[in-house]
Parts: sequence; C-alpha cells; structure tokens
Amino acid sequence: MNQAKERPGITSISFKNKKTYILDRAMPLFLFLCAAVSIVTTIGIVYTLLSETVDFFRKIPIFDFIFGTKWSPLIAPKAFGILPLLSGTMLITIIACLFAIPVGLACAIYLSEYAPTRVRKIVKPVLEVLAGVPTIVYGYFALTFVTPLIRMIFPDTGVFNALSAGIVVGIMIIPMVSSLSEDAMQAVPRSLRNGAYALGATRFEVALKVVVPAAFSGIVSSAVLAFSRAIGETMIVAVAAGATPKLTFNPLESIQTMTGYIVQVSLGDIPHGSIEYGTIYAVGMALFIITFLLNILALWVARRFREEY
Amino acid sequence: MSILQDANREQISRRRKIDWILHVLFIAATAVGILALMALLVNIMMDGLSRLSPDLFTNYPSRMASKAGLKSAIVGSIYMVLIMTPISFILGVGAAIYLEEYAKKNWLTRLIQLNISTLAGVPSIVYGILGLTIFVRGMHLDRSLLSGALTMTLLILPIIIVSAQEALRAVPRQRRDASFALGATRWQTVSGSVLPSAMPGVLTGVILALSRAIGETAPLVMIGALTFVAFLPNGIMDSFTVMPIQIFNWISRPQEAFHELAAAGIILLLGLLLIMNFSAILLRNKYSKNL
Repeated sequence: MNQAKERPGITSISFKNKKTYILDRAMPLFLFLCAAVSIVTTIGIVYTLLSETVDFFRKIPIFDFIFGTKWSPLIAPKAFGILPLLSGTMLITIIACLFAIPVGLACAIYLSEYAPTRVRKIVKPVLEVLAGVPTIVYGYFALTFVTPLIRMIFPDTGVFNALSAGIVVGIMIIPMVSSLSEDAMQAVPRSLRNGAYALGATRFEVALKVVVPAAFSGIVSSAVLAFSRAIGETMIVAVAAGATPKLTFNPLESIQTMTGYIVQVSLGDIPHGSIEYGTIYAVGMALFIITFLLNILALWVARRFREEY
Repeated sequence: MSILQDANREQISRRRKIDWILHVLFIAATAVGILALMALLVNIMMDGLSRLSPDLFTNYPSRMASKAGLKSAIVGSIYMVLIMTPISFILGVGAAIYLEEYAKKNWLTRLIQLNISTLAGVPSIVYGILGLTIFVRGMHLDRSLLSGALTMTLLILPIIIVSAQEALRAVPRQRRDASFALGATRWQTVSGSVLPSAMPGVLTGVILALSRAIGETAPLVMIGALTFVAFLPNGIMDSFTVMPIQIFNWISRPQEAFHELAAAGIILLLGLLLIMNFSAILLRNKYSKNL
C-alpha cells in the first residue's frame, strides 16, 4: 500500500498494470496457502492417528497394549500387547544399523579423506543409485538372493527371517549414512587437516583424530536418521521378514514388525470401526511417535553439538 | 641418538602400516555398497530377462503366470504420475517460493520449515494411514486413482519443497535487484526472473520426487490399490493398480513362475526410474553450465 502511494499514477494505469497489481497482492496469499499444506498435513496425521487410537484405548487398556507380551489381534484368543511387534522392529533395525553404520561411516571416510577426485566422482552417484532403488525391489532381493545365501550357511533358517530383511534394510540405509556423514566431513576446514599433516600424522590419524571429532554431530545425526528410516521401512520386512509376531531375539526366526503388521491387516478385509481396524491406528501411532522423536533428536544433535569454525 | 631415531622409525613404520590396513578396509567397505548393487541387478536380470516380452505390456494380471501381464499396472502408474505432477508441482514450488521469497523470518516460518523437515522423515506407511482416513473414508473418494495420487502428493511434497528451496536460494541476489530496479513488482520478479533461472534445479527435484513416488508401494497398499485389475481406469474415480503393487502381489505368491514375472516387472520399473534419473542429471548439467 505504501509503495502505491509513493508512486503516483499506479492507480490510473492501464488494465495490464491493474492485473499486475492484483497478482502482486494475491500471489503471496496463494503461496502461503501452499506452504500451509505442510502444516495441515501434520495436523491431519496427528488428528487421524489420535482420534482412532483414543477410541481403541477405550476398548483395550493402554497398559495391556504397551506392556503386553502377546500380539494376536486377528485370531482368538485375542491379545493386544505391542511388545512382540516392537521387538521385531528393533531386531530388524539393530541388524540393519550394525551393518550399515560401520560400513556407511567407513565409506564416508574413504570418500572424504582417501579417494582421489576421479574415484569419488564415480562412486558417489553409484551409492546414490542405491538410495533410489524402490523398497519393493529390495524386498525381492532379500527373498530371492539374501535368504537362500543365509540358508546355505544356516540350513535350519526359515524362508522368512529377520536376518535377511535386516541386512537388506541395512544395504538400503548405507547411502544415507555415508552421504550425510561425508557432507559433515567435507565441511571440516582444510586448515585443520593441514595442521595435523604438518605434525606428521598419517591419513588415518587425521581422519580419526581430527575429521571425525570435528564432524561428530553430523555423523551422529546421520546415524539417528538412518535408524529412524530403518524403523519405518515397510516393504522389505513385509516381503522377507514374515508375519509371525514373536518376542524373540533370534535373527534366524520369522518375526513381524509394526509396519509389517499394518500392511498385513490392510491387505485383508477388516470391517471399518472394529477393534482389529483400530489396531492399525494404535500401531501407526506408536510408529509415528518413535520416528518423530528420533527425527527431532537428529535435528537437535546436528544443531546442538555442531563445531563451528 | 641413534636408538631414539630407530625407535622413531619403527613407530613411523607401524603407523604407516595401520594407515595402509585401514585404507584397504575403507575401500572394502565402499565396495560393499557397490557389490550389493551389482548383486541386486544381476539377480534380477537373471530371473527376469526371460520373462521380458511384449506380453508383459499387453496382458492383464492373471491367475496363470504364463498369461499374466502388467498392462493395467503400467497404465495405472502413468495415470497416477499425470495426476500427481501438476498438483505436487504447484503446491511444492509454491510453498518453496513463499518460504524463500516472501516469508518473514518469524516463528511461523521457522515452524513451517521445521515441520517440513520432520514430515520428510515420517514413514511412508503413516501417509498411507492418513490417505485411508482422510481421502478414502473422510472425503468418500474411495479406493480411486485420485485418492492414491493425493496421498502420494502429500508424501513427496516435503522432497519437492526442500529441493526447490535450494534451487531458489542458488539464484544470485543481483538477478532480483536488477528486476526490482526495472520497476518490477515482487511477483513479476519471482515469476519473470527468479523462477525461470531456478527452473532446471526445480525440475530436477520434481523429477526425483516423482521417481520416488513411482516406486513407492506401502501407502498404496494401505489405501487399498487393488492387485487384480483386469481393466483400464476410465476416470480419476476408478479403482486402479500400479507397478510396485502388482510386483508385490507376484512376490507374495509361492510359485517360482510368479517370482520371475516379478523380476521382469522390476526390470521395467528400474528402467523407467533410470530414464527419469538420467533426465534429471541432464537438467542438472545444463543448470550448472548456465550459472
């Protein structure tokens, strides 16, 4: 408005300018609405999960849900304890992280500290391809390649097992760990490295004692993000990990994860409004809360412990 | 003096050896990812190539593996991308423009920004639950193409917004100043100068986000995309299936023949993604030349 007053004549001009003027006023509002969609999405997620979950907890005591050790919502005798699903999820996630975090970190150190530029230019995009492969493809890979391989070593392993799914989830999150950690390492100033080299340090000593500590917040944050991604991974576990919710830490057994359960239920025909239907939301809510907290933790670690140079 | 020098030399050679060993270890770790990718591709090629025939494009799904094809799934995937592209482009790029060019640095902007980065980390299956509740049941869109496309749009919006923001941020300040100096309004500056200059970067992000959506399975399983669709959808309210859903269905069957079909479907899916990623890289290269 102020600008219009400062520039006399803007109100008495041709139609084209009037259109320009209106557009200039209207667009910010429209663009703001676009940005607001993201807020509405979050509210939508929280609202849908919460409303059905509250309904569910009216029928099933929340205590039984969180601390119950048996999960059998579809077959009598019915039991609604989430611990078996949670332990299944954690089993997959821990296998995946035990595999992906050391490998991804070593990969990041190699690319950032050792690799010649030419090698880096080839290897980085190849690893990015790994991140772009659809998860259903990984599921196929786990079932038809990794599982037979494991059964060759441990013959009494089931067709569906946590180890195979966990390893493949790990392969999937390698690029996430490696590229985020490498970004953090690249951000460490050259002069710090040069200082250490001038004191006679080897490349490994520079990497371990200078670069990794300086990039530590970024590395931890990438590991937490990868962890959270592994928890939310759905198709690999739905295909390769099985559908038997079980409180076990034996990686060679068939288990079921939270995401796997949600898929299993939605493939069947569960009547809307039943307790079984409510379990999707209760399990979804648990999944959402866990991954949300982990993502916030990753952001917080990255900001709070960042070393500024 | 000589004893000291010898000790020092020994220490140096030990440290060099450690450095060398770890160098090899780090290369091995890097090779793990690359080898896994190779194994995956070879495994799928060996299983699927024999099944890759024109029948795959022309046949509908069938109970018999020899007659089954991907026709309805391929068409479903294409339709979904066609519906998703305009909606997600306008919403995503609009939000990015708002955040980069208009938003004041206040709590609301910070909240939106934080919200977008956390939304990017929400598991895709949770979006499926959202789509099932809001679009399928709440708005009574049923298990239609439109429900699927809207759910997927919400899923890829954070990716599009973040990449579009980066592209907009890379446009030099001077471009905006020059436009303002010529008397352009803010919107004229954004639409006539900033956006065209950021367009290759924006499009790269949109293409990558769409290629993520093409391969995504879990949310569509949730909203109930069917696995046995023996017809082509006529409108946006028809039920549908997409390639990853059909592949999932084939993988879940015990027969070996269906696994081979699944592998053939995966080859098609990966081929499609390869083309999309390649075009994104071409755009990115053009972009870096212009800058």
